[in-house]
Amino acid sequence: MTENVHTGSIPDERPPANTVGPIAWLRNNLFNSWYNALLTILIIYGLARAIPPLLDWLIFHANAIGTTPQECRANGGACWTFVSEKLRFILFGTFPYEQQWRPLVTIAIIIALVLISCDRRFWKPWLGLAWVAGIAAVAILMWGGVFGLSYVENTLWGGLPLTLMLSVIGLSVAFPASILLALGRRSQLPAIRVVSVTYIELIRGVPLISLLFMASVMFPLFLPTGVNIDKLLRAQIAFIMFAAAYMAEAIRGGLQAIPKGQYEAADALGLNYWQGMRKIILPQALAISIPPLVNTFISFFKDTSLVIIIGLYDLLGTAKAALSDPAWRGFYREAYLFIGVIYWVFCFSMSKYSQKLERDLRRGHRR
Amino acid sequence: MASETRDTVRGAQGGSSFSLSDPTVRAVFYQVLVVGIVVAVGWYLIHNTLDNLSRRSIATGFGFLEREASFGIGESLIDYSPRDTYGRAFLVGVLNTLKVSIIGIVLATVLGTVVGVARLSSNWLIAKIASTYVEIVRNIPPLLQLFFWYAIVSDSMPPVRQALNPIPGVFLSQRGLFVPVPVADPVWGEMAFALALAVIVAIFVHRWARTRQARTGLPFPTGLTTLGLVVGFPLIAYIAGGAPTALDVPQLQGFNFRGGAVISPEFFAILTGLTVYTAAFIAEVVRSGIVAVNWGQTEAARALGLNSGRTLRLVVLPQALRVIVPPLTSQYLNLTKNSSLALAIGYPDLVSIANTTLNQTGQAIEGVAMIMGTYLTISLGISIFMNWYNKRIALVER
Repeated sequence: MTENVHTGSIPDERPPANTVGPIAWLRNNLFNSWYNALLTILIIYGLARAIPPLLDWLIFHANAIGTTPQECRANGGACWTFVSEKLRFILFGTFPYEQQWRPLVTIAIIIALVLISCDRRFWKPWLGLAWVAGIAAVAILMWGGVFGLSYVENTLWGGLPLTLMLSVIGLSVAFPASILLALGRRSQLPAIRVVSVTYIELIRGVPLISLLFMASVMFPLFLPTGVNIDKLLRAQIAFIMFAAAYMAEAIRGGLQAIPKGQYEAADALGLNYWQGMRKIILPQALAISIPPLVNTFISFFKDTSLVIIIGLYDLLGTAKAALSDPAWRGFYREAYLFIGVIYWVFCFSMSKYSQKLERDLRRGHRR
Repeated sequence: MASETRDTVRGAQGGSSFSLSDPTVRAVFYQVLVVGIVVAVGWYLIHNTLDNLSRRSIATGFGFLEREASFGIGESLIDYSPRDTYGRAFLVGVLNTLKVSIIGIVLATVLGTVVGVARLSSNWLIAKIASTYVEIVRNIPPLLQLFFWYAIVSDSMPPVRQALNPIPGVFLSQRGLFVPVPVADPVWGEMAFALALAVIVAIFVHRWARTRQARTGLPFPTGLTTLGLVVGFPLIAYIAGGAPTALDVPQLQGFNFRGGAVISPEFFAILTGLTVYTAAFIAEVVRSGIVAVNWGQTEAARALGLNSGRTLRLVVLPQALRVIVPPLTSQYLNLTKNSSLALAIGYPDLVSIANTTLNQTGQAIEGVAMIMGTYLTISLGISIFMNWYNKRIALVER
């Protein structure tokens, strides 16, 4: 009997090659059936044909910074000189050249504000104050006229700061409005509900371009004679109207997800409507609606590019304007790739953040 | 319910009947206040507008639609010349919008479904490529993508005289893709009639097959029969009509091609842009719909002896569609609304034509109202159709 009992440890066996390790991975993920194997081979062939020329164009055959447009055209690779030559124009538009540190600081302030707002530890009342202070600083920097800064008309603004300001200011003004609209849509008072529903559905039923048109051709008619507001402000108002309707729908989703018991509990505690909303319902509803809200932010950020249609020069507008320089005609791939990457970085990080937040919130609910 | 209880309790306690602490009074007060503000703001705006219009001596009303438009439109589904009215020009725009939206919706649904399924593929490469596509396309503004597609055609294609000629009769140049089309022939009418007949017969076959399967359990290859009918009937009509083969081949005349059909660079750019952009969103919708169907459903279907095709068609898809259809509807609406971006690259959609009209006539309010009204109607139409479809496939609860 004792010969069947091992004393001491048995040496570890090697894992079987067909269940773990790189070969097994290949077999399970790329060649698990005959058609998958066929597809894999076809795709690898396609990639092998497509990627080397792409890399050639992007890097190996690309023209180093400093070449002339003629050399670029002769060579055929990507012309990064175009981007470096036009970099400051694309980023800052027609802002006075020596003063361009101001839009740069503006970009930094806005990004910093957005970044600290992403961290849930900072979701405190002072964050609102920080935003007010930040936006005031941005306004001073961009307009100038005080503290020894020269005055810059807002028709000269352009590029990335314009894109960021349109989105950030648009969203922060639209946010409170959208909460009121969402509450209005869920209200038990029929007149208020009808007003909110009409507004939301009207705005959501038409394309943003028609709102921008309205802003550029109809707003001047709406105002008393002699009063004039400039194009940028009109576009900003159109964006706020647009964003408020979409964000209201995201928040309504959150409000609907709150169980009725919460409303009843607020009533039972003797809180009136606004107290109940502020202390009980909205904190929960807003937390639930953050992921759809961030999705709204993303599409709103992308939509700011439409201001090009009413003649404002945001990031896309400046890139297009840079392309219309006769000396640099035809380098649209470089220009669009460059600003495409900028837009992509912003939107992609927002969507990653939203996914992370969604996971965090779900973790909170599972408890 | 909650506030009703509160209302009655407080209403009973409340002393004087005209106090703001009485919820009923308060409700009326708030509503009157909000409606009052809305009406006042509206009246103020209308007053200003009328004032401004009379100062600038702009006539209001839609009378301008009867006037001669005197601008050309690049492409049109109906006959149009600059001597037609603004009203007809606007109709051309609406049809162009509908054309690009409908084709775009079909193509985006197909591409989106393929990509959505590909993201769930067990093949690592396919799943990675599909998710890279989605992540890149979703996060770049659609307008930028449109400009890119448009630039590819207008900057990278050869000029008309050096047009690429990949297949005889097909020409690819800066002016777009020119393809030959069959010359109109009376046999087309007969083919359309045959097609209608085939559809009617197919419906009857479908009904008969269903009752027979319910009665005897014997399945009937309805899909194949329908395909045969729909292809076969018009084909018979075509051959019976003498099988005309005359083609209208595009010819280089002067500075452009004449004859044949053309896919203009503008149409190509807006269609490709909208399709590629919306497909990325539809892919996510399709993926989440399929993921939402419990794996046990697939296992149960396989245990019942259904093969994988039938499992997908009879068990998984009907359940996934319930999750898919509502967000899909909003993607369709987005695509239709995004077709207004056509303005930026010069495709003559309704916004672009309304824009030209309001620039020429100064009828800003009417122009914007027509754009908004048309889009609201289209949006409403799509929502009604999709809601009807959604109701049809919704879970029937007993």
